[in-house]
Amino acid sequence: MFELLGIPPQALFGQLLLGLINGSFYALLSLGLAIIFGLLNIINFTHGAQYMMGAFVAWMLLNYLGINYWAALILAPVIVGITGVIIERLLISRLYHLDHLYGLLLTFGLALIIQGLFRNEYGISGLPYQIPSQLSGGMNLGFMFLPNYRGWVVAASLVACLATWFVIEKTRLGAYLRAATENPTLVGAFGINVPRLITLTYGFGVALAAFAGVLAAPIYSVNPNMGADLIIVVFAVVVIGGMGSILGSIVTGFGLGLIEGLTRVFYPEGSAVVIFVIMAIVLLVKPAGLFGRTV
Amino acid sequence: MAAETQNARTQVAAPALTPPASMMGMPRHHLLIFLGLLALGLIGPFVLYPVFLMKVMCFALFACAFNLLLGYGGLLSFGHAAYFGSASYVSAYAAKAWGLTPELAILLGTATAAVLGLVFGALAIRRQGIYFAMVTLAFAQMVYFFSVQAPFTGGEDGIQSVPRGHLFGLIDLGPDRSLYFLVLAVTFFGLLLIYRIIHSPFGQVLKAIRDNEPRSISLGYRTNQYKLAVFVLSATLAGLAGATKALVFQLASLTDVYWTMSGEVVLMTLLGGMGTVFGPIVGAAVVVTMQNYLATFGAWVTIIQGVIFVVSVLLFREGIIGVLGRWLKKPL
Repeated sequence: MFELLGIPPQALFGQLLLGLINGSFYALLSLGLAIIFGLLNIINFTHGAQYMMGAFVAWMLLNYLGINYWAALILAPVIVGITGVIIERLLISRLYHLDHLYGLLLTFGLALIIQGLFRNEYGISGLPYQIPSQLSGGMNLGFMFLPNYRGWVVAASLVACLATWFVIEKTRLGAYLRAATENPTLVGAFGINVPRLITLTYGFGVALAAFAGVLAAPIYSVNPNMGADLIIVVFAVVVIGGMGSILGSIVTGFGLGLIEGLTRVFYPEGSAVVIFVIMAIVLLVKPAGLFGRTV
Repeated sequence: MAAETQNARTQVAAPALTPPASMMGMPRHHLLIFLGLLALGLIGPFVLYPVFLMKVMCFALFACAFNLLLGYGGLLSFGHAAYFGSASYVSAYAAKAWGLTPELAILLGTATAAVLGLVFGALAIRRQGIYFAMVTLAFAQMVYFFSVQAPFTGGEDGIQSVPRGHLFGLIDLGPDRSLYFLVLAVTFFGLLLIYRIIHSPFGQVLKAIRDNEPRSISLGYRTNQYKLAVFVLSATLAGLAGATKALVFQLASLTDVYWTMSGEVVLMTLLGGMGTVFGPIVGAAVVVTMQNYLATFGAWVTIIQGVIFVVSVLLFREGIIGVLGRWLKKPL
């Protein structure tokens, strides 16, 4: 049995893994926020509520319709994405000619409504969601014990993030999206339906949040408030990384998750605030964010 | 802010450039409203439950302090609960653990909020617009996490049964009626101070920065100093409201520093009319009354608040007093 800096390796790697899992959620959520912000110019405060909806839809699919985890992993993001499309068409699209801040206030109000409705229906105690049988158990890696499901969460979110990066940076659709982010009027003049692109982008960003929610459901209990506090940390992540770069969002998300995990090992009292402290330092040193362009 | 409301605002504001001279340089209708509010405040406790009225006044002051920043500075802080709540904790702790007299406890709480506002404000003004909102929200959440863990805040229980004490060591504030008049005085002091700030040369520069920051810079104003100054003023007055609230309810709790509190003050200001003098007072009164009547319905309060947010943003951006002011063709 060897020790690193007086910390048993089991504890150290256990916390690092936990940090990596939190980091996956930070990455998925901040990626969605960044994509939505790029095109819609609003900060989607509803993001945390939509992450929670992803977990709840997965739970409902299982308990009301008997649809298993693997199908829910696809279906829940699609369903929540469709609600996002409806929200964008009915409400958010009316605000594009106004200051960005109104978008923030509107989506904040929507988050309150969604969270309140779920709290009314399901209470705040949280509902259990079983780990799918294929992923129960774990592996002994020698230096640590890796529960299979946790390994899967990290891998799945990494794949989702990289796939998103690939679509945006390497495909024709992604090129339209990047062009519309730069100059929507000009892209519209080339005959591309920009409003539809905007709607689909919002739906996609929301679906990413719901995907993260389904991944989270077996780890944390399914709870109406699960997204509320998380989204504020994700805001800090977004400020630290800046919203200019897709890969930047992914790296910042995973990196900050790891730092948080390390803090939990060496200075547990500081783990809840470490990301905010890093945000303060970044604001002092490089206000535009690590990967951001100056605004 | 938005082009549309900006136009509405400049149209409304135009007559204010030549105000009919009156007491304290205040246009006559503003003076009448202040006197009316004072009369209401004096009669109030004999008609309605004093604790309810004190709650309305504390939140009215909180919302007006917030509106100073949003409505006149054009800065949306989504973390004003940090200043309200930390002042509430400090004054409660000072009154209970150190046995300070109420006026000193309130002053200490207010000073805490000022220092916190200076630190967070200096960092937050380095980013603009949407990032500013996110940064302030994140810092407020940091204060919340700190309050959950810190030994002196009492965690989930908060600081309970805070003694109201004797004002200047002489007047017993235990009875609701006597505390009521202190709260009334504090609120009016705060409101008049905010009014004075808005209508001072400093306030004029602030509005110029809100409407067009690059132009203000080119005119030679150090806009960051103005923004920081108004941020600290707003945080301080929010702290004054929070510290007073702690004495009224004899309680400081995590609710005061949570992000829902930050959201509530935004809602009050938006509903009443941001950038109006009296809007936030009306907004606070409406929201507090609603919370009182719907308290038994649990999560419905949250849902209704969310609906008001959505409706206000989509259809009613001028707020109650903003619309009223447009009808009366007088800035309120």
